[in-house]
Amino acid sequence: MSGSKRALADWTTGAEAIVYQSCAACGGLQYFRRSFCVACGAADPAQKRASGAGIVYATSLVCRAATPETRVHIPYNIVLVDTDEGFRMMAHGDNDLSIGDKVTARFAPFAGRLVPYFARTKS
Amino acid sequence: MSFITGVGLTAFGRHEGSSSLDLMRKAAGLAIADAGLKRSEIDGILCGYSTVAPHIMLATVFAEHFGIRPAYAHAVQVGGATGLAMTMLAHHLVEAGVVRHVLVVAGENRLTGQSRDASILALAQVGHPDYEVPLGPTIPAYYGLVASRYMHEYGVTEEDLAEFAVLMRKHALTHPGAQFHDAVTIADVMASKPVALPLKLLDCCPVSDGGAAFVVSRERTGQIGVRVLGCAQAHTHQHVTAAPALSELGAEISIARAKAACGVDISDVRYAAVYDSFTITLAMLLEDLGLAGRGEAAARVRSGHFSRDGAMPLNTHGGLLSYGHCGVGGAMAHLVETHLQMTGRASNRQVRDASIALLHGDGGVLSSHVSMFLERMR
Repeated sequence: MSGSKRALADWTTGAEAIVYQSCAACGGLQYFRRSFCVACGAADPAQKRASGAGIVYATSLVCRAATPETRVHIPYNIVLVDTDEGFRMMAHGDNDLSIGDKVTARFAPFAGRLVPYFARTKS
Repeated sequence: MSFITGVGLTAFGRHEGSSSLDLMRKAAGLAIADAGLKRSEIDGILCGYSTVAPHIMLATVFAEHFGIRPAYAHAVQVGGATGLAMTMLAHHLVEAGVVRHVLVVAGENRLTGQSRDASILALAQVGHPDYEVPLGPTIPAYYGLVASRYMHEYGVTEEDLAEFAVLMRKHALTHPGAQFHDAVTIADVMASKPVALPLKLLDCCPVSDGGAAFVVSRERTGQIGVRVLGCAQAHTHQHVTAAPALSELGAEISIARAKAACGVDISDVRYAAVYDSFTITLAMLLEDLGLAGRGEAAARVRSGHFSRDGAMPLNTHGGLLSYGHCGVGGAMAHLVETHLQMTGRASNRQVRDASIALLHGDGGVLSSHVSMFLERMR
């Protein structure tokens, strides 16, 4: 990132973490990392680690993949999760997840890297 | 004022041995002839892109290849909304007096020019490179996500979505240029191979070769004028992760702006041409545009509302789902068909009244929207 602070490592850089940003000036939250707040433009929003807890917003079970590396994983479930912290993210999840399920993230190997993987939260 | 003065469309499907430029040239030639113009009268060119043959200056490459030296030329890239976005720009260019006759053209040998995997992979790159693409989603998966949520919120079923595939196929059976010529049933759609559930193979448009073109002019060149009444865009996001709630999607914003631009209401519309990359795309857009109530579009298909003889004939050529999808040219076929309907030249597909038409295009994952009203003038 081009801001003054070093980026916290997260799953996009190979670490077992989900990181988001929150703006000290306006309180805005964002998941896609930027050196500024997308809502108000303030520089260097704070980086925070997410708890990995959330609720399933949408799901799609991929049964037709386009590369040899991803094809070995089919079927795999792409999910959108609304995190407890308040941002939405794309991830993988159990194939039987339903919209509205409470879920918790772990990390699973996929096509040569680690990706966030959600399973139902054990109550 | 601006008029669509000529249209050209190739058959969609396999054009073995044809390059993207070949398909563009073929469609462009048809459109210019249809407008009753000579190539030398074209002073503006807007073209789409080709995933098979990407180029940073495709409009100039095409102009040289085709043999004209326009006063204005460049490519436009807004995914599936490109065709209507180019038409909107052409409308403004001729209204502003920049040029007299704009050729809007696209063509791509997407089916025979590259593998299906390559097409799927190229298109999946509309996803976020760091936060989405590494998860292995495909375009059907992005729309599968949208579908799951829409079905959840509005009680739409997979059988409901199948209705749109069956309708588009039924329409395609009446067009000799369509990619598919076999009828399908709801049961066929339901039994088709899972692609990105809830979307199955027959919920998805095919990959095609094909080309489409039209000429947008300052004055009409024929007896019947097809005039751009008003148009508007909305761009709410690029990536599905960053999409707004289903109640604030771009189609509703762009149609509201288009209505405000020309004072036309949905009740004035007699023919609809709506982007249909997937069955869910068509279902949602019909409801976003106000052509059906929330969760009610499928019931309107069942009642014949969107059939050739219904109250609101829709994509009578078969749409992307069954006429085919060759990239930018895919959704341009909707406008070509609309023009044929408005000028009474749709032969066995002709509807009773296409005096005012609504067109809508969508690019990305419901990211970019263009709405447009066309009016027939005698």
